[in-house]
Amino acid sequence: MIDRRPFVQKILKNRKDNLRVVSGIGTSTWDIMSAGDNKGNFGFIGAMGQSIPFALGLAKSQPDLRILLFTGDGDTLMSIGSMATVANHPVNNLIIVVLDNESYVETGSQPTATAGKSDLELIAKGSGISNSYTVTNENDYEKIMNTIYDEEGPSLIVVKCEAKATPLVFPHSFDGSVSINRFMSSIKS
Amino acid sequence: MTGINKDWRNDIYAVFKDLNITMVSHVPDAGHTPLINLCEKDNEIDVVTLTTEQDGVGLSCGAYAGGRKSALLMQSSGVGNCINALALPNICRIPFLTIVSMRGEWGEFIPWQVPMGLGTPKVLEAMDIKVFRADYKDEVGSTVDAAARFAFNTNRSAAVLLSQKMIGAKQFKNG
Repeated sequence: MIDRRPFVQKILKNRKDNLRVVSGIGTSTWDIMSAGDNKGNFGFIGAMGQSIPFALGLAKSQPDLRILLFTGDGDTLMSIGSMATVANHPVNNLIIVVLDNESYVETGSQPTATAGKSDLELIAKGSGISNSYTVTNENDYEKIMNTIYDEEGPSLIVVKCEAKATPLVFPHSFDGSVSINRFMSSIKS
Repeated sequence: MTGINKDWRNDIYAVFKDLNITMVSHVPDAGHTPLINLCEKDNEIDVVTLTTEQDGVGLSCGAYAGGRKSALLMQSSGVGNCINALALPNICRIPFLTIVSMRGEWGEFIPWQVPMGLGTPKVLEAMDIKVFRADYKDEVGSTVDAAARFAFNTNRSAAVLLSQKMIGAKQFKNG
């Protein structure tokens, strides 16, 4: 099991100019914000289930950027059909990292379906995202970095994480219009 | 532009071209099929088939963040699937355009279409979506044009309801 917060920070340390980062509702947004404020981040704080389709639309619109989505198992399970949409409308610049702690930590650590019989890597593969794999050990860091920057996507990486509460790290603004305009300014420049 | 083209779907397509809408997502409906076919023949338009209408909301917003305009096509029964997702364009002030083919309102054969047909304008308005409606073929182009400009000029969400009276209600036969 991986300690998600330092792992996300390590992935985002010294990030390249062509990387843009999106995060799904829940702990993922606090995770990416903890790696330091960056105009190239956009974090969901609501609209559960929409981060994968959002990242797909962004990746289709900006083929020269690498679009990295960090999201959780709860967010992914809510819009599970979006994996089929990603697979059938492929973009080679989309990388989805599911920080799978097998629980809804923010609401009291109730178990998700991945704590039971469901496997997001297999669901992704069954949906048609062939480049999908699971990591349980931080030694796979280099493999993940290669997928993020160099491999042809779409890719989906399930990162098995400890289910523990982490400190909330707020984004630049909770106002979505401020957040999205700031993010878009990082694309125009 | 209204009335120039023989099929009113061509009028919608003309608005897409005029306003540079280059991504169209949908869960298909027979009423939209001629428009979907027009878009699929156009190399400048990406057509994305969804598994649930709500994903078209996120897709549209992501496309806009990346600099592209899009539209979501769906049947009225799909509107209910989108409600929470509609918070995204609302809170982010991202322009969002959807075109909805209505069921359950005019000569409907299938009773199961009625609840969401009756609920469609109410739930859209409950989510702060500006609702436009086209009841006649010769007003489709101007209505979609007005709704699209409302969305993209004012950074709001807009829906065009295409009435079942105009599309035509299919009468099913057993056997």
